Amino acid sequence: MNVTDRYVADFKAFVGNGAAGAPPWLKQIREGAIARFAELGFPTTKQEEWRFTSVAPIVDTRFSHPASRIPHPGLTEIGSLLIGPGPRVVLVDGRYAPELSSAADQRSGVRVGSLASAVVDGPSSELAREHLARHARWHDSAFAALNTAFLADGAFVHVPAGVTLEQPLELLFLSSGRPGADGPTVSHPRSLVVIERGAEAAVLETYAGLGDGVYWSNAVTEIVVGEGARVELYRVQREGPRGLQVATTHSRQERDSLLGVHVLTLGAALARHDITAVLGGAGAELILNGLYLLRAGQHADHHTVIDHAQPHCASHEYFNGVLAERAHGVFNGRIIVRPGAQRTDSKQTNNNLLLSTEARADSQPQLEIYADDVKCTHGSTVGPIDQNQLYYLRSRGLSAQAARSILTYGFGAEILDRMRRPAVRERLDRLVRERLA
Amino acid sequence: MTGKGKRETGKVLLEVRDLHASVEGREILKGVDLTVRTGEVHAIMGPNGSGKSTLAQVLAGHPAYSVTAGQVLYEGKDLLAMAPEERAREGVFLAFQYPVAIRGITNAYFLRAAVNAIRKHKGVEELGPVEFMDALEAKLTAIGWDSSYLTRPVNDGFSGGEKKRNEILQLAVLDPKLAILDETDSGLDIDALKTVAQTVDKLRRPDNATVLVTHYYRILTHIQPDLVHVLAAGRIVKSGGKDLALELEEKGYDWLRTEPAVA
Repeated sequence: MNVTDRYVADFKAFVGNGAAGAPPWLKQIREGAIARFAELGFPTTKQEEWRFTSVAPIVDTRFSHPASRIPHPGLTEIGSLLIGPGPRVVLVDGRYAPELSSAADQRSGVRVGSLASAVVDGPSSELAREHLARHARWHDSAFAALNTAFLADGAFVHVPAGVTLEQPLELLFLSSGRPGADGPTVSHPRSLVVIERGAEAAVLETYAGLGDGVYWSNAVTEIVVGEGARVELYRVQREGPRGLQVATTHSRQERDSLLGVHVLTLGAALARHDITAVLGGAGAELILNGLYLLRAGQHADHHTVIDHAQPHCASHEYFNGVLAERAHGVFNGRIIVRPGAQRTDSKQTNNNLLLSTEARADSQPQLEIYADDVKCTHGSTVGPIDQNQLYYLRSRGLSAQAARSILTYGFGAEILDRMRRPAVRERLDRLVRERLA
Repeated sequence: MTGKGKRETGKVLLEVRDLHASVEGREILKGVDLTVRTGEVHAIMGPNGSGKSTLAQVLAGHPAYSVTAGQVLYEGKDLLAMAPEERAREGVFLAFQYPVAIRGITNAYFLRAAVNAIRKHKGVEELGPVEFMDALEAKLTAIGWDSSYLTRPVNDGFSGGEKKRNEILQLAVLDPKLAILDETDSGLDIDALKTVAQTVDKLRRPDNATVLVTHYYRILTHIQPDLVHVLAAGRIVKSGGKDLALELEEKGYDWLRTEPAVA
């Protein structure tokens, strides 16, 4: 049996067992998604979008869905992964962990909970039906298709119109990373975040591994930002040292909304993150701000697509990478300006710092502009620590080592400084400092 | 020679002897001799390409320049044997002609790191963020800045004038024994020039010294030099009192090329 057939067989087992409770519309989506996956198959490095990233470690491993008997961690064990006492959804190996989660205040109308219950529950169900799998382009991606086919649970966030939330909402996706009797495990966490008109909220997604075994996490998040809403989406990836992660983040913004997507990638042996941001209403603004800090033999590939579908939108994209030892960072930034998206203002930068001669970075901008009245700029750099900066700091009394560490931290701090929620920024700052120490 | 009386009183702080230096295999300094005593302000003038900035950078320890001959003694010690950071900790400061921008690092963080590196070297207790801010307040005011400049990344997005002021702020905060100002006056408007000159002038003490590397006379109307040197083609071809600067202002540099070199 080839690998694609194997996943199709697994899908049949999944549908016959446990996935039966889903509403018909969802079952239909899953069927469509597995069919699409069977057509697409896993990508190979012969495909342009996967030129620098081989998914052989995923294709060549037989993953099983984790058995429910794997015990959940305690709250103390995951305390360091949380930033505050606010509402949160915790999933372990793709399953909702109610004992670790905590609901939002009912009075606000805000809902933060399990996606599996949201799809079957009255008003949430309507919202889920309207948005779930309607945005992320699973037709074009084998991994998003696979996640959609195996869609079982994840996080559901709904912030009604006009509500302002002080406390960030936390979504924690844990992988136990301890192989069970059936070998390495896979989970397909799925999230849907709907922030309605004029609301203001911050959502922090954390993906983390608890053990050091081989596992695969294949995540998809869809986020819908209503007219005039102001949203910050933070995503921290701290998968285990042998973890494999493929993720898709898809945002859609309505008119005059502001979305900040902040990415911090620290973990996994192999990570691929596809981010697609659609500016779907005039006057929308996007800040796409990412940092990857890699070492040892880590490989992380960020593919971003910013889709200017409407006029008068602005996008500011900044990705910095710090690559130590034998790490390999890949950045591909595609910007599409659709016909009619006049007065687009788009800026993209990707700077990579190589801390060793064996580290490697590949950076590729792709601009596709189909409108004439636009401002688009891009720039990328790959190189070791700047000798002039190093000398400047040393000429002020700092040792060469201290100067190097300040300059390396500065690469990260530049990204951290754009994060507007102090509680989240401070936590992420600490993670960056720990990593670089 | 003007300032001669003063010259007898100060201790020798810096002694440059027959200094030769090259960059990328090209010899720029071809035997520079210079003696700076405490309490003195020296001006080093000269046409473009004469080696003024090279001299400044060699004294600060720029790794791109190699010294091929000669000697530099600072407080009697071999300056050229010291790493750039050791020179800074021992009290040598260079205000850069082209200050370097560092993204992601705030001015406040950078300044405190520099101050503490020097304090640690002196065996003085390092300053915490709050104590440091208190100590900084007056120095900020002196250069006409408010504290918003401290939260901005080092020289990032600064105008040319702001970068120069930032060098002078560092000078004021680090309080070196030997300050070398590499064309700090270039590109400054008249108000900025006055502010910079006043700050430098206020830092003059009997136990420190300043070397102003400049292309223009105008800063010397605000900071009176004790000695003026003309650097041409990698050597000091003439030295004199502040009247020499005025003479250069009037006659330019061409007349010096016909005179024999004076070490």
